[in-house]
Amino acid sequence: MRANARVVAALSLRSIKQAFRRPQFLMPILVFPSLFLAVNVGGAGRATEIPAFPDVAGFLDFELAGAIVQSTMLAAVSGGVALALDIESGFMDRLIASPIPRTAIVVGRLAATAAMGVLTGVWFVAIGLIFGAEIQGGIPGALLVIAMATTCAAAWGGFGAALALRSGTASVVQGIFPIIFVIIFLSSAFFPGNLLLEPARSISDWNPMSFIAEGIRDPIVSDISAQPVLEGMAAIAGVMAVGAALSVWGLRKRLAT
Amino acid sequence: MPAIEVRQLERTFSGGVRAVQGIDLEVAEGEIYAFLGPNGAGKTTTVRMLTTLLKPTAGSASVAGFDVLKQAAKVRQKIGVALQEAALDPLMTGHELMQLQATLHGLSKSQAKERGDALIARVGLTNAADRRVGTYSGGMRRRLDLGTALVHEPSVLFLDEPTTGLDPASRAAIWEEVRKLNAEGTTVFLTTQYLEEADQLADRVGIIDEGLMAAEGTPRELKAQVGKPRLELNLAEGSQQACEAVLGRFGEPLPPKDGVVVVALEEGAAGIAPIIRALDEAGIAVQDLHLVQPSLDDVFLEKTGRHLEGADAEEQPAPEPAPAPEPA
Repeated sequence: MRANARVVAALSLRSIKQAFRRPQFLMPILVFPSLFLAVNVGGAGRATEIPAFPDVAGFLDFELAGAIVQSTMLAAVSGGVALALDIESGFMDRLIASPIPRTAIVVGRLAATAAMGVLTGVWFVAIGLIFGAEIQGGIPGALLVIAMATTCAAAWGGFGAALALRSGTASVVQGIFPIIFVIIFLSSAFFPGNLLLEPARSISDWNPMSFIAEGIRDPIVSDISAQPVLEGMAAIAGVMAVGAALSVWGLRKRLAT
Repeated sequence: MPAIEVRQLERTFSGGVRAVQGIDLEVAEGEIYAFLGPNGAGKTTTVRMLTTLLKPTAGSASVAGFDVLKQAAKVRQKIGVALQEAALDPLMTGHELMQLQATLHGLSKSQAKERGDALIARVGLTNAADRRVGTYSGGMRRRLDLGTALVHEPSVLFLDEPTTGLDPASRAAIWEEVRKLNAEGTTVFLTTQYLEEADQLADRVGIIDEGLMAAEGTPRELKAQVGKPRLELNLAEGSQQACEAVLGRFGEPLPPKDGVVVVALEEGAAGIAPIIRALDEAGIAVQDLHLVQPSLDDVFLEKTGRHLEGADAEEQPAPEPAPAPEPA
């Protein structure tokens, strides 16, 4: 058990270093959502004046959750691309030929994606505070946001890993990039669900990303409330369960060859 | 107990491609076994099955006494693997890669450091250990790959085309290391498409072509199957007929070519000294002579009807002419 934990930690550390040594992987996770956030807040800052817009201190406070979930999904894609590159380069064979549990290969990768989630949470909380947002939930609220960003990244990371394991091709994993935007924009991540038009509104009502975004948003825009946070956690757990199942299936398929 | 035992091993890929079509082989403990064949012959597919990376579709194989299908985890503990196109992360340093490999094989942190440092020194990469692998030359990558495969002191080492694409110096360094490992007791199974590599390194050679074993034996045995060594002599003085008469006592005279007298020798190099003495006694002076051995390419040609790919480029260099004896 302890030996397996060492293996997972070693593989995870390697993946984290890989992300920091490959700027083209790290930059999209932080820079792109930050720019998107800046453009949104700068261009649509008066959206809070729309009737029925939730009562928030500022548009930046509202948008932070959107930037965080966007960033965690991009971290998941980056993790999937890195795994696919390992398969393409043959590095995965090195791991498979080693006497380690097969699941450690995927768990190590997801642990690294979770670490990217920590980075994402810290980054956007810091950006928010620097540019005038207020974390209404205080330090516990900020820690809750970071914790949810962490688990959210790992949860979506399961999908990225599954796609990498099934396709074995980095370009295929990169190809899901547009789908991320569809999932995010058909949720309440960047805009209140109640202000969306049909059918986007109905889709948003059932989109797990809406629950996750609302769960992360709640400690930022109000004091910590049980319902949105628990719903967000439940949505993350659901995504994680499906992602983990898919990645285990992908791994089995790959090892069955 | 053989280190590797393969019985009717087959692998058919989707689409019906039969990469390996029922091969049998045994590799004894402490042996260097070379699997020689052209690209696409089934060498890598066989290695991948023996290293548990690929499941056979029929037949059986055991490595270090463990079945590759039923006891795959135990096989992985016993083997070291350096695959074709060294599978190294270019973003890691040599030192990091060695530490990771040690961790994958269950070494403690202190053991990993000690063993990793020793192996990095052994493969001559101490000065480059803290550089990223992406900056390494092909030879350095191969040496690092070989080093990582040794981190847990495997009893059986698989090397898939370990010197493909390397310059002669790097190739010689890998050969030297393989010989040392073997001398320390490690069984080595290597695939190669280089005739010289199989000839120089291997105790026994298996020739594979189109997924089938075409021939197997020691390099000497295989060459003996296709012909005897030939002694070719250029005369300085004395008649060709007289020379042929002398040579006929030692072997089978072959048709001369371009004025060169040729005789097939039963005993190879051991037969040269008596011939020189006999020629000397007969007053025949030799300008130069060459002992020409049958090559593994001759074997490949004999067994498959065609030359091994790249054989011309990889043919062993022509032997240095032996110094001509001074006439009495």
